[in-house]
Amino acid sequence: MPKIEVNTERCKGCERCNDACPQQIIGMSDQLNNKGYKYAVVFDRPRCIGCRICAIICPDVAIEVYVEGTQYELFQY
Amino acid sequence: MKKIFASTEALVDRPTHYCPGCTHGVIHRIVAESIEELGLRERTVGIAPVGCAVLAYEYFNCDMFEASHGRAPAVATGAKRSRPDLILFTYQGDGDLASIGMGEIIHAANRGEKITVIFVNNAVYGMTGGQMAPTTMPGQYTTTSPYGRDVKDVGYPVRMAEIVATLTTPGFVARVSLHNPKETIRAKEIIKRAFAYQAAGTCFTFVECLSTCPTNWGLSPREAEKWLEEKMVPYYPLGVKKRPEDFQEEQHGAS
Amino acid sequence: MAKVLMKGNEAIGEAAIRAGCVHFFGYPITPQSEVPEYLSKRLPEVGGKYVQAESEVAASNMIYGSAGVGIRVLTTSSSPGISLMAEGLSYIAACSLPVVVVNIMRAGPGLGGILPAQGDYLQAVKGTGHGDFQLVVLAPASVQEAVNLVILAFELAEKYLTPVMVIGDGMIGQMMEPVEFPIEGVGPPLDPGDWALNGARGRDKRIINSLHLDPEYCNKINMDLKAKYDRIKKNEQRWELYNCEKPYDLLVCAFGMMSRICKTAIDELAQAGYRVGLFRPISVWPFPYATCKQAMQKAKRVLVLEMNMGQMVEDIQLAGQGTREIDFFGTAGGKVFSPDESKEKMLYSLKQAGAGKSRAGVSQPSSKSEGKPKKKKAAKTAGPAKKRKAR
Repeated sequence: MPKIEVNTERCKGCERCNDACPQQIIGMSDQLNNKGYKYAVVFDRPRCIGCRICAIICPDVAIEVYVEGTQYELFQY
Repeated sequence: MKKIFASTEALVDRPTHYCPGCTHGVIHRIVAESIEELGLRERTVGIAPVGCAVLAYEYFNCDMFEASHGRAPAVATGAKRSRPDLILFTYQGDGDLASIGMGEIIHAANRGEKITVIFVNNAVYGMTGGQMAPTTMPGQYTTTSPYGRDVKDVGYPVRMAEIVATLTTPGFVARVSLHNPKETIRAKEIIKRAFAYQAAGTCFTFVECLSTCPTNWGLSPREAEKWLEEKMVPYYPLGVKKRPEDFQEEQHGAS
Repeated sequence: MAKVLMKGNEAIGEAAIRAGCVHFFGYPITPQSEVPEYLSKRLPEVGGKYVQAESEVAASNMIYGSAGVGIRVLTTSSSPGISLMAEGLSYIAACSLPVVVVNIMRAGPGLGGILPAQGDYLQAVKGTGHGDFQLVVLAPASVQEAVNLVILAFELAEKYLTPVMVIGDGMIGQMMEPVEFPIEGVGPPLDPGDWALNGARGRDKRIINSLHLDPEYCNKINMDLKAKYDRIKKNEQRWELYNCEKPYDLLVCAFGMMSRICKTAIDELAQAGYRVGLFRPISVWPFPYATCKQAMQKAKRVLVLEMNMGQMVEDIQLAGQGTREIDFFGTAGGKVFSPDESKEKMLYSLKQAGAGKSRAGVSQPSSKSEGKPKKKKAAKTAGPAKKRKAR
């Protein structure tokens, strides 16, 4: 199952990933990180398809993507 | 678990100073990924501009210059002509490249310097606090166009990619945008292609990247993406403007 | 090696090649255009690179890029062009990179004229560009010395990692003289050391940068530069004393071509029994203040002659510290003092000093002596010019 990991201290809370996620499973935290930003969180983990789009549009390299088993190459990057 | 997306070795592992939602960070990563994937990192020298990206030398994990305002293409020329085995890229904003550095960029392009120019166009001067740029949109409010850019007074925004593409010297010139995932993926493809042309010693390469500046546009990152798509993209059409493959030798010799 | 008859500008270009500099970025401007012309032909022959920049601003940034990747590099220009290069030179000095710049001075201010002048003394020595930086500045008085000083300029630039400027007036660039090149062939390339940006292969990345937002660190950079300039001041002063072995009543101070005109006048005055010595700084920065002061102390009065409106005279005043009366005569706009005019000014100063003809009658001009930091590599000076040849 694919999953993403958000580096919560890197995240600046711009919410770009919230809009970009084709599964619409990323939202923002209630807590603030040390810089004072709300950070991205995945609220429906099982629905992640590992498409990497959130990581690709993240301006702060705050997202890493992992996959186990089959990886669907939805596009070339 | 297999990691299928992580930062690249060509980027230093540290947070950037860019504002939330600013697409400079995405462009940095794409440039670094391209360098890394083409195996060029150990012979790449980057040139940071003056402007928001002035600290780019801190972020790229390759040898870096800091150039004076607008002169990055001249610095790149000096370096590349002296050491043609190195890969040279400049990373410049619109104030740097399209205003004070207009002479340097046009002549570097016209000499066909085998360098890669990453031109970040966000229609505003970011670092100095949101003043009008040569690429500011008609009617756009900035701190030095408080009544909106008056095209009768200061002319229309400069379309750099088109200007550079008019030169006879062969080159690769394109405009990409970072406002949505599709265009970001396209931007990666184009930027990587530019570096590949340079690595092959083919031609001058120039990629204009339409970028957001939520802070100085006074918009949220989400609104800024929408503004870029609706206001900038129609005026600054995306796509490849010039390819080295299309070059036809002209017979205008004087000797 | 045999002497060859060469135009100053071409000899300067050839001297750079002999010093191992085969990269040139520049822009044509009268009266130095023969340097890019010569090098555009010669550099491809020796496997080098000539690039004609779009402007002097670009040229100064091209040499910044070239030096930054560890290449020995030259640019040349003339007064208005040097003003445009000020930007790049400030960055180059801030980043401690070795480059050599030759300024074949023409008349100013503004577009001025294309004839010889020395109006860029203060610009070169005190205020080239923004910020606390300093160029090492060498002033030749003959084509031969221009050759020697260009070679020395590369040595100093690389020894101290700093930009070095050679200032010659339009005469140096335009006249032909026999020259001998002290080096055969093309010198070895620059050793890029541990500072050049030549690709982060098996090492950490390097940054060449002059932006330091932390005031503590920026202060440290300035202190380091000052320490370097202090070392240069201590080690690299060069000068020439002419006709100063025997007692003299008047000390004439002049640099560059003006000193050669003065020598002719001094020789003629010596024939008539007047006792006049000459002090010529070869390194106008670092200025040889101590030697200048010593020479001034031996004279009753001091006369400064320059092809400008009184720029070096400020340094002479600093050296003398009010101990001697100083007369100044200047000419500008491309008008050059003839030996006769110089003689007239010297006679005026001699009269002011109450000094007449020596009782011993006719005295012969004595030999010159040169100040050198080290005996082996110091600049050689051409002998006294033939009468009016310099005109």
